Amino acid sequence: MNSSYRELTVAGLWRNNPGLVQLLGLCPLMAVTTNFVNGLGLGLATIIALVASNLAISLVRNYIREEIRIPAFVLIIAGNVTLIEMLMKAYFHELYNILGIFIPLIVTNCIVIGRSEAYASKNPPAHAGYDSLMMGVGFLLVLVVLGGMRELVANGTLFAQAHLMFGEAARGMTITLGEDFKGLLLAALPPGAFLGLGFLVALKNWIDKRMEQRTKASQPVTEPLTGEAA
Amino acid sequence: MKFTTRTSPYVTGQQDVGSIMRQVLYAMLPGILILIWYFGWGTLSNLLLATGFALLFEWGMLKLRNRPVSPFLNDYSAVLTAWLLAVAMPAFSPWWLIGIAVLFAIVIAKHLYGGLGYNPFNPAMVGYAAMLVSYPVQMTIWPVPVDFSFNHIGFGQMLQQVFAGGAQGWDAFTAATPLDAVKVNLRMDKPLSDIYANGHFGLLAGQAWEWVSLAWLAGGLWLLLRKVITWQIPAALLGSLALMSGIFWLIDPQAYASPLFHLFSGAAMLGAFFIATDPVSSSTTPLGKVFYAGGIGAFTWVIRTWGGYPDAIAFSVLIMNMAVPLIDYYTQPRVYGTKRGFPG
Repeated sequence: MNSSYRELTVAGLWRNNPGLVQLLGLCPLMAVTTNFVNGLGLGLATIIALVASNLAISLVRNYIREEIRIPAFVLIIAGNVTLIEMLMKAYFHELYNILGIFIPLIVTNCIVIGRSEAYASKNPPAHAGYDSLMMGVGFLLVLVVLGGMRELVANGTLFAQAHLMFGEAARGMTITLGEDFKGLLLAALPPGAFLGLGFLVALKNWIDKRMEQRTKASQPVTEPLTGEAA
Repeated sequence: MKFTTRTSPYVTGQQDVGSIMRQVLYAMLPGILILIWYFGWGTLSNLLLATGFALLFEWGMLKLRNRPVSPFLNDYSAVLTAWLLAVAMPAFSPWWLIGIAVLFAIVIAKHLYGGLGYNPFNPAMVGYAAMLVSYPVQMTIWPVPVDFSFNHIGFGQMLQQVFAGGAQGWDAFTAATPLDAVKVNLRMDKPLSDIYANGHFGLLAGQAWEWVSLAWLAGGLWLLLRKVITWQIPAALLGSLALMSGIFWLIDPQAYASPLFHLFSGAAMLGAFFIATDPVSSSTTPLGKVFYAGGIGAFTWVIRTWGGYPDAIAFSVLIMNMAVPLIDYYTQPRVYGTKRGFPG
């Protein structure tokens, strides 16, 4: 793995995370993450759409005229998303019904067009594909963490409805926090999504700050201590 | 010779935050005493738990934010938030319900927005609304008001209800509040005269509840007298509530409750004098206060009459809190010597 790939990994998963830093694609991020499995489903669909679209865009980047690049990108993305939508309808029908309008809406997800414009239209396919994979995984992580948080607080369960994705055997995966857990319904409602995302962004910034302080502290002090300070 | 020059204000008030908050707490005492008369241990446990949680969360957030603890903890603002929540929530609320409500009020609505003086929303009402949306069942169960309730629901039953997941046969102690009863029965197309005839209604509004409202009114008038609050907010809130209900009551007195009933039911009086007058989240200009409180009164009547919840002071206050920056911008008093018209 050369340094370029490492940079792309760090950028997608942490430093330039689409969910926590770029704050892109907030509409599906908030609307769908009422539980872990919904988040996972939409996250996977977004990854596939991202990687497939940006690979294609990167391949044809030299043939698209500058003036019409955005409509061309949107056409490619829309075609890919339509394919994914049909596939999900065929193989994960119940999950498709839950996610509903948010699958076709991946077309309008700013992350996809954002990566096409900012990266895939200027870089070779291997880099473009890897970049969108990492961005997608970063987005997926935010989706599942937020979905898991909201599910835990609102319903007291985790991995509920896992059978929609992993088949009947996964029914036992659901973790319940006890029968008399009084869920905070607000967490499953839109305000809960905003609060939850706010807490995640705050946590990310706090960790960044801590790491910055640590690297600063570990650097040797260049200025000699004067008698006054000592 | 050198003169020191200072900019306005040249005359500053004698009151600091602590003394204002303390006076508001004193003004709440009559209402609280009446509540204790009717709900006994329930009101006391609400007050104690809310105050305890509020001081705990306030202390924790001040520590986390590296702020000085004692000046902020001693200004009684957290206690006032706690008391407002305690009297707004049903008596005998379980401890966790009060804990989460205070958490929303102090941690999320107050400190995450920057602490006292920076919160755009009324903290107590954020806590109340979050709980009402999340736990509608627990938040709408009020015990029946009984004279000297200490004899009616004992200390042991209070402990069971508040700390041990509910006392046995609790349903026998509870009943719909007047606002709830009127709303449910009106939905079933019963005329108001029949609803009133079924009892539990006094001269002004619900039995017992009208006395609670009168006590809030008395405390509020004392605050006005002490110039802790200005007249615009209570007058505009109660005025617009009375106007809205009055118009519809005149059209059809059997289908719409009278203005008197609206003014002396639920949290109208408490809201007008103690909640909407929060100096941080309410409008600050004299004309702005009229629009702000008038909006609260109108929304309260609309939600009470056509909405899904029995009372609406909390939601109305939060809605109008959002409009406060806009209201303040367009209602700035004209600076002496400048032209008339909107600023900017």
